[in-house]
Amino acid sequence: MTVGLSHYLTVAAILFTIGIFGIFLNRKNVIVILMSVELMLLAVNINLVAFSAFHGDLVGQVFALIVLTVAAAEAAIGLAIIVVYFRNRGTIDVADINLMKG
Amino acid sequence: MLSALFFYLFATMCIGAGFMVIAAKNPVHAVLFLILAFFNAAGLFVLLGAEFIAMILIVVYVGAVLVLFLFVVMMLDVDFAELRAGFLKYLPIGATIGILLLVELIFVVGAWVTAPDMVAQAPTPPAADISNTMALGQILYTRYVYLFEAAGLILLVAMIGAIVLTLQHKQGVRRQSIAAQVGRTREMAVEVVKVESGRGLP
Repeated sequence: MTVGLSHYLTVAAILFTIGIFGIFLNRKNVIVILMSVELMLLAVNINLVAFSAFHGDLVGQVFALIVLTVAAAEAAIGLAIIVVYFRNRGTIDVADINLMKG
Repeated sequence: MLSALFFYLFATMCIGAGFMVIAAKNPVHAVLFLILAFFNAAGLFVLLGAEFIAMILIVVYVGAVLVLFLFVVMMLDVDFAELRAGFLKYLPIGATIGILLLVELIFVVGAWVTAPDMVAQAPTPPAADISNTMALGQILYTRYVYLFEAAGLILLVAMIGAIVLTLQHKQGVRRQSIAAQVGRTREMAVEVVKVESGRGLP
């Protein structure tokens, strides 16, 4: 019953799939889509840290830190865009964002 | 044995909370489940011996990013029931693609073999020798300092971008004009009037 690398990778794979599933399921709600993206980034981080721990290489954890930074920046910008969009349109329905179709 | 027990506990909770994030009716509940998922992922990181990333996940992610999510969800007055209208319409295609992807990923993971001659770029020191945080700091500020600076730059750009996006100037608001205040002289501010006694000012 020893826990190996593949256990962690499986958990990360399931979380990543849940993230993609969430994007498909909540096609209209941007906030839930952003949260699904956060779940996928968390899955990536679990992968990086698991490889880092089982291969004895710290670079994976350094890269996980960078991924965390980018995810935080992405969440801040995404939420700012949602706030501005809600101010202009009074809704956050993604299907309405087609004003600029070329 | 105990670590295996905790692994399965954290993993189950993490996956269950992750599923509830996308299935919850109320987005506030979804954010709270996301917080639970991140806490359990931090538990997994502690089991892996990456304490620093685990604490950063709790402090930065739960403390800042998810509270920001909660703030935005509560601030926007959105009819979330209407946004869930097409929920079941996309269920079949979403489930098909999701299950396909999961099977593929698990096949990849199951057949994973690490190259035997793989050399660690920055070998992890044994835990008794040096703590995880110290080891991470020793390579983050030396070999990966440019990466670290780039991360800071990304955060700066995100901060400026978020401010530029959401800042709005309202018309008709009386603002303080510091130059006008400082430029005032005594003559502009005080007028000395000789008042004749018994007559008052016209």
